[in-house]
Amino acid sequence: MAKELWEGNAAIAEAAIRAGLEAFYGYPITPQTEVLEHLSHRMIELGRVFLQAESEVASINMVYGAACTGVRVMTSSSSPGISLMQEGLSYIACSEVPAVVCNIMRGGPGLGNVQPAQGDYFQAVKSAGHGDYHMIVLAPSNVQEAIDLMVLAFDLADKYRTIAMLVADGAIGQMMEPAEMPPLRPLRKPEERGEWALTGARGREPNTITSLYLGAENLEVVNLRLQEKLRQIEANEVRWKEYDTEDAELLLVAFGTVGRICQTAVREARAKGVKVGLLRPVTLWPFPSARLAELAGQVQGMLVVEMNAGQMLQDVRLAVEGRCPIEFYGRMGGVIPLPDDILPELHKLEAAVGAG
Amino acid sequence: MQEEIIISGFGGQGTLFAGQLLSYAAMEEGFHVTWIPSYGPEMRGGKARCTVIVSDVEIGSPLVRRPSAAIVLNLPSMEAFEPAIKPGGTLVVNRSLIPLQSERDDIRVIYASATDMAIELGNVRLANVICLGALVQATSVVPVTAIERALDNHLPERHRKLLGINKEALHKGVELANG
Repeated sequence: MAKELWEGNAAIAEAAIRAGLEAFYGYPITPQTEVLEHLSHRMIELGRVFLQAESEVASINMVYGAACTGVRVMTSSSSPGISLMQEGLSYIACSEVPAVVCNIMRGGPGLGNVQPAQGDYFQAVKSAGHGDYHMIVLAPSNVQEAIDLMVLAFDLADKYRTIAMLVADGAIGQMMEPAEMPPLRPLRKPEERGEWALTGARGREPNTITSLYLGAENLEVVNLRLQEKLRQIEANEVRWKEYDTEDAELLLVAFGTVGRICQTAVREARAKGVKVGLLRPVTLWPFPSARLAELAGQVQGMLVVEMNAGQMLQDVRLAVEGRCPIEFYGRMGGVIPLPDDILPELHKLEAAVGAG
Repeated sequence: MQEEIIISGFGGQGTLFAGQLLSYAAMEEGFHVTWIPSYGPEMRGGKARCTVIVSDVEIGSPLVRRPSAAIVLNLPSMEAFEPAIKPGGTLVVNRSLIPLQSERDDIRVIYASATDMAIELGNVRLANVICLGALVQATSVVPVTAIERALDNHLPERHRKLLGINKEALHKGVELANG
């Protein structure tokens, strides 16, 4: 299929359809409303379910219900809306049903604004809902990657019976780039859904899906199983991209929109003879900790760049465990750092560690 | 090759669509391209701007502080971007709405009475395409024929009857850059 010019939000929506999305429940909020806009006509054309719920709380609980039947289901929102969904996400995690959530992040805290930001890193990666769980968190930095990761999100959610969350900022949602869509997958037949799914118990024992386990030992067993699953995901599903790291003496670490902006910073710094590379986490959870620890033995210092006050920074520090100096540059409130802002920070790091 | 182009004006002047035409043309010419709008609580008559980057290598940052070229359709845009253009760059000024001369001697400035010309052509909303013609001809970022094909393929259905005068507007802009 040839490349077409896709807007990020529309691309995410169409990619979900191609991946076999059967039901969508959501509520409009800038800067992700185009996801709903696209789905509102495409899902109807295809005879699938699109429902604009009365709130984000309703949306996530509709997702929970549909997920229990084993269909491919998702919701999408932007930061304040995702905050409202946390209780439902915790229930879904405990119930071990597959669901996909998309967060096109905007400036916060509070109602904040609608400009691009990455302030929801903690919320996504540490899982802001109650209890011990993690979601798989995928962070695209361009429209093609948003499409590819959207498809992956459905596959991983199914494979591990877990929540997969795509986090992109408003810039990726609003921008247009040439990208290629995967072919439209046929929808699964009801009998092809998981054996655990609630599909009607005629001729078999009823399945039960719950997040209520009275009794401490019961619930600990569930928790141990969840933890075992999370360890498997950590072992199998870490993804990241590297640029110019082979001979790097300094390393930039950044994700999403800032990740791609740092690619330009690397190119410009290299042109001036600075041996710098970039590691861009693609999965924010699980995090590429092992690779960062390895690179910490190679480079003389790292600069973490984010559109927040330093959230991923903590995970980089945990991975590196003091093996090399780590500096941070962040912008907040919807301000996007550009290469001109990042380069001076890189030169400061270079001077501090005596690289080059 | 990399061109970083800002197209800026009032909401309703077609800045975002002009940027999309350029993006379609660049994509079909085989370039990497990004189009990113300014967005927010916008309204008709408010500011509307997009940044288009066309490159022969993978594009990192989709935003720039100093573009290599710009189209400014109104006065606030002129004030914001005329000083920002990189030396050697190109600026297309909608003289109909901007009563200013550029003070830059290190860039090429093309003055187009685009809004007046658009009214003469029969539709005030063609000012964007006139300026795009001038910019494309002056920078050679894509061939003018690629913009024509983008108009053929991507002018919204409801504006189909305006295809002819869109192409006429494009060539008016090209002539300005030649002259």
